[in-house]
Amino acid sequence: MMTDIIPLLPVMIPLLAGIVMLFTGRHNIFLHRVISAAAGLFLVIVSIFTIIYIANNGMVVTHIGNWQAPYGISMVIDMLAALLLFGTALVTFTVVVYSFQSIGVARERFFYYPMVMFMITGVNGAFITGDIFNMFVFFEVFLLASYVLITIGGKKIQLQEGFKYYLVNVISSNFFVLAVAYLYVSVGSLNMADIHQKLSAFEGDTAILTLIAVVMLFVFATKAGLFPFYFWLPDSYFAPPLPIMALFGALLTKVGVYAIARTYSLFFIDNIGFTHQMLLFLAILTIIMGSIGALAYTDMKKIIIYNILIAIGVITAGYAMMDESGTIGATYYLIHDIIIKAGLFFLIGFIIYRTGESDITKLGGLIKIHPVTGWTFFIAALGIAGVPPFSGFYGKLFITESLIDNGHLIAAVIVLLSSLVVLYSVMHIFISVFWGESMDFTKLKPISYDKLLFSSFIMIAMVIILGFGADILYPIFESAAQSLYDPASYSGYLLEVE
Amino acid sequence: MKSTLKKLGYARVHKQMNDVFLKYTAKVVFPIIIVFSVNLFFSGHYTPGGGFVGGLLAAAAIVLLLLAYDLKTINKMISFDYKWLIALGLAVSIFVPLVLMIFGVPFFTHQAFYMELPIFGEVPIHSAVFFDVGVYITVASATLLIISLLATEQAMSDSEGADRH
Repeated sequence: MMTDIIPLLPVMIPLLAGIVMLFTGRHNIFLHRVISAAAGLFLVIVSIFTIIYIANNGMVVTHIGNWQAPYGISMVIDMLAALLLFGTALVTFTVVVYSFQSIGVARERFFYYPMVMFMITGVNGAFITGDIFNMFVFFEVFLLASYVLITIGGKKIQLQEGFKYYLVNVISSNFFVLAVAYLYVSVGSLNMADIHQKLSAFEGDTAILTLIAVVMLFVFATKAGLFPFYFWLPDSYFAPPLPIMALFGALLTKVGVYAIARTYSLFFIDNIGFTHQMLLFLAILTIIMGSIGALAYTDMKKIIIYNILIAIGVITAGYAMMDESGTIGATYYLIHDIIIKAGLFFLIGFIIYRTGESDITKLGGLIKIHPVTGWTFFIAALGIAGVPPFSGFYGKLFITESLIDNGHLIAAVIVLLSSLVVLYSVMHIFISVFWGESMDFTKLKPISYDKLLFSSFIMIAMVIILGFGADILYPIFESAAQSLYDPASYSGYLLEVE
Repeated sequence: MKSTLKKLGYARVHKQMNDVFLKYTAKVVFPIIIVFSVNLFFSGHYTPGGGFVGGLLAAAAIVLLLLAYDLKTINKMISFDYKWLIALGLAVSIFVPLVLMIFGVPFFTHQAFYMELPIFGEVPIHSAVFFDVGVYITVASATLLIISLLATEQAMSDSEGADRH
């Protein structure tokens, strides 16, 4: 009974919260805030419980409608999905709390919170589904909600960039269906575990799968923002207000990376020399392009957005190796990046709402007024760059180790150099905003900001916990990575069914 | 439509484009389409059809009335808020699967039983039908919401056009 209820909670909680909010109408903002924050908190509790449950009992599987796999749709939570659910839940809760004081009443009246909840429904669903077509459906669910979120408020830049975002995603979704159709024609199944078992038992020519790998990479690279297909990301993420930006930056690209990791570990196991090499090549180019962008801008939002690209590149490089240390590092870095990106967006959002400026050349000396925030930002900067006691370090350590083990020395050097770029770009924000010549403090906006700082501090505290608790958390990440480098352990649940 | 006619050089354009044939046909056809949509909805379990198509068809019938008459008439006819209807539909569609889940079977597990009705004889009742009712309401009201929003937009731009000329 437990295994039937747990896998659906991460999908049903936000969905139910969204529906209840729709019933209350759009003028009762207080109720919307309470319901969405409660749903976020409940999600955090459920995801922690799920992690503990899976650590003790192994994977949780439920077959929707009691149709046995591989014929029905299965919801499968392995440790990787559970960790991502935890990251998503934490970001949801903090973003909702952050929105109370930043998104503005006008946007709240137009179903902002229900849309956040519907988006989380889709994101969580994409993480836990065990069926590739069902994953497409959940992709559509969160994309539809994200179209609303990117244009909510109807500013000119939002409509302009939202249209771009919409067009790019509709086209790549079409290719997703195409790739799934190819896969179904050539393998004859849509259940991911079943596809893996059929392919690993298959002895003949699997050249068609290389083609499918390329089409799928096109789709997921567009969603994740990998090198040739990242062109829409910096502009589109720049358009919406900060809480939405944090939500998108922390979660949406990570869903694409998760899909890449899942499909490349389960489906494309034969021609690794080509498919995974291509993935690594694109990842390295993404890191380089992201680094150029992060160094080029003086706008805080742009700098952090380009830092997303660098992180995506590093994580994908780890997953491209698909060995034990590579996937452990990449999984660790994935969770770390969800948390730290949200935290950084919250902190720069606080600075922007407090000063009304997002260009760092116009700011300075804020440490005199906000010393605690300043040093928190300092810790966040160390964390994102991967300075040893904080969490970014361990992920990069494992990824670099794996890259060197597999003989990709240039890639390893680029990953390490990218840390320097990240450190420089974020420290550059810290030095020019918090140190330096004092700006005109009379221009500071008299906003209430306790909830903005509350969300930021939660995230930075999580980074510290993740960093110092790395030793204790290692078994969890190891079992999360195991379902990637040893895909048979993921697809094993089918054997129990028969 | 009106602005196009104006551009084409028609000096006087009627405020409301009355079309007797369209109005009369719409009145006759509307119940037929609604009955057909209900038929599609009920046949959905074993044969092509279901809540989605049925809902779309119901929305199409109301849109036909919208074309023949105007938005005011439609709003008088359906006095519910479409957004509230969408929420209702969603709630109905997940309520039964959710209750089943709490009773310890997987989400969406199917239950079916048979019922004796006076005229129809033995009729199968499936738990999926409640889900489909929700889908029907959601699809119909979402379509209507979109189209009525577009229609008000059209009306707004038309009145602006009238001001300019």
